[in-house]
Amino acid sequence: MSAVLGTISPANPRYRARKRFNALLLFVSGLALAFGLFWLAWILGTLLYQGGYALLHATLYYRMTPPPGEDGGLANPIAGSLLLVTVATLIGTPVGILAGTYLAEYGSKSRLASATRFLNDVLLSAPSIVIGLFVYSIYVARVKHFSGWAGALALALIVVPVVVRTTDDMLKLVPNSLREAAVALGCPTWKMIVLVSYRAARTGIVTGVLLAVARISGETAPLLFTALNNQFWSLDLNRPMSNLPTVIFQFAMSPYEDWHRLAWGGAALITLTVLALNILARVVFRRKD
Amino acid sequence: MSAVLPIRESAHMEEVSRATPPGPRRVRHAPWMDAAFEQLTRFFALLVFSLLAAILVSLVVGSRPTLEKFGLGFLASVAWDPVQENFGAVVPIYGTLVTSLIAMLIGIPVSFGIALFLTELAPAWLKRPLGTAIELLAAIPSIIYGMWGLFVFTPVFQASLQPKLIDTLGSIPGLGALFEGPPLGIGMLSAGLILSIMVIPFITAVMRDVFELVPPLLKESAYGLGATTWEVVWRVVLPYTKVGVIGGIMLGLGRALGETMAITFVIGNAHQLAVSLMAPGNSIASALANEFTEAVGDVYFSALIELGLILFLITTIVLALSKLLLMRLARQEGRAP
Repeated sequence: MSAVLGTISPANPRYRARKRFNALLLFVSGLALAFGLFWLAWILGTLLYQGGYALLHATLYYRMTPPPGEDGGLANPIAGSLLLVTVATLIGTPVGILAGTYLAEYGSKSRLASATRFLNDVLLSAPSIVIGLFVYSIYVARVKHFSGWAGALALALIVVPVVVRTTDDMLKLVPNSLREAAVALGCPTWKMIVLVSYRAARTGIVTGVLLAVARISGETAPLLFTALNNQFWSLDLNRPMSNLPTVIFQFAMSPYEDWHRLAWGGAALITLTVLALNILARVVFRRKD
Repeated sequence: MSAVLPIRESAHMEEVSRATPPGPRRVRHAPWMDAAFEQLTRFFALLVFSLLAAILVSLVVGSRPTLEKFGLGFLASVAWDPVQENFGAVVPIYGTLVTSLIAMLIGIPVSFGIALFLTELAPAWLKRPLGTAIELLAAIPSIIYGMWGLFVFTPVFQASLQPKLIDTLGSIPGLGALFEGPPLGIGMLSAGLILSIMVIPFITAVMRDVFELVPPLLKESAYGLGATTWEVVWRVVLPYTKVGVIGGIMLGLGRALGETMAITFVIGNAHQLAVSLMAPGNSIASALANEFTEAVGDVYFSALIELGLILFLITTIVLALSKLLLMRLARQEGRAP
């Protein structure tokens, strides 16, 4: 190696050339970071600038989506989004936690568990629009109408892999001595898992759920084919349901100025919520270490 | 799960335990609960296990009309004519691949630079906030990227960078064909650029994680021999983590291929096969997002679902490869995958 690198002394021109090359590339790596941060700042700045005004107006929160040319707010999509995300989380979380429990506590080394872990990781990054198509063909196409349930189901399918992954990872971090202590006291396995393992892994699992909620709050593609949209106030899960991402899509693609303004307001609202959830998840998780 | 059987069993168990003399301290123990809980978790694990296959089956069933009508010709036809019911997948597949390729060409070096900066250069107190900021890029919903791209980025791009690209690169023989045409703002190049911002956090996260797996001993040995930071990264860290880095790139590629909303806003949604990156095009995901709810007729529907099937197959293969590569690195590390 030293033959390749030459003598290491500031006087050696080859060494100085290597130092210069090093400094140049490290500078470029700093530029790469600046490049990444630049987009983040630009996007967030635009959102606050364009959507800030709408966010501060109370009408955004209590008036319905208007026809073009009239004043209005985003009350129905906000309520719809809240409902869809809540229902999806309530469906997806238990499924994900129980499946993750099997992977970490029962299966652990079995072939079913390793295969499931693998497929779950693929599912984690699968295009969400395909999930929408799936729910469309197994549910919407059969009942022949778009509905809030279908939207919630599609979002739940996105929650599941996230929760499975974090539950599995977090349960694997629980020291076995805790489990052995519980079993040695005569605790049946299921009680050991529920009372000991879950409790020890609680913060990690909560973090996973928060991240999943953050992810589905902004999902648009799967809702296009499932919950569709609704111009009116409706909390009936059996009917098409208004939701923020689809309304933003529809309003932003329209030619009307005031619809654009509302879309920016909705966009700022969603992004701030999602970023807050992400940061909250990090804070919850860090408190544990 | 039938709840009836276990309950009856439990009643039975109670009787048995009452019949036998109690031990020093009787534990209220329901042995069926153990089996029931295990079966319950196994059931949901099986559900997750079969989900991917279920998606595949539903898409194949949904695209049967076009599978029967066009066969493999679907993959080789540029037609997209809802009136004549003649469909082909070449244009959207081309758009998907080209935009993802642009995203990778920009995203890979930038992610590598960021990962290098965060692991080797940043002072300890800056690592966390900078890393978090880059991760937040992944948290921004894709529809926001799309909307920002359409209203903010493309006008700026159209007015500044794009005419310059057309004037300079467009006049090079051969390569110039990629940069010809009027500066429209929207188009495949803009879509690829925005996509590259979206994949950076994913690739960076994996690269950062695998770079930190390199044993300090290896790096210190190289530094001890007088290597510069760049030489340590290029000759020690990168060869050691090669497999993982490729896995991270594949993960980013999988994300880029399936990205929907951001692309739908800026790609232009034109069903045309253009060589120039400045021209509007279409991707699989954006065709689905735009046309699915408006599609009329079985064949049109089925053509769109078959597009979804193609997208699903491509991304699943790419993501599975990525996972396999990352597992290989983990095994080489001597840790359980």
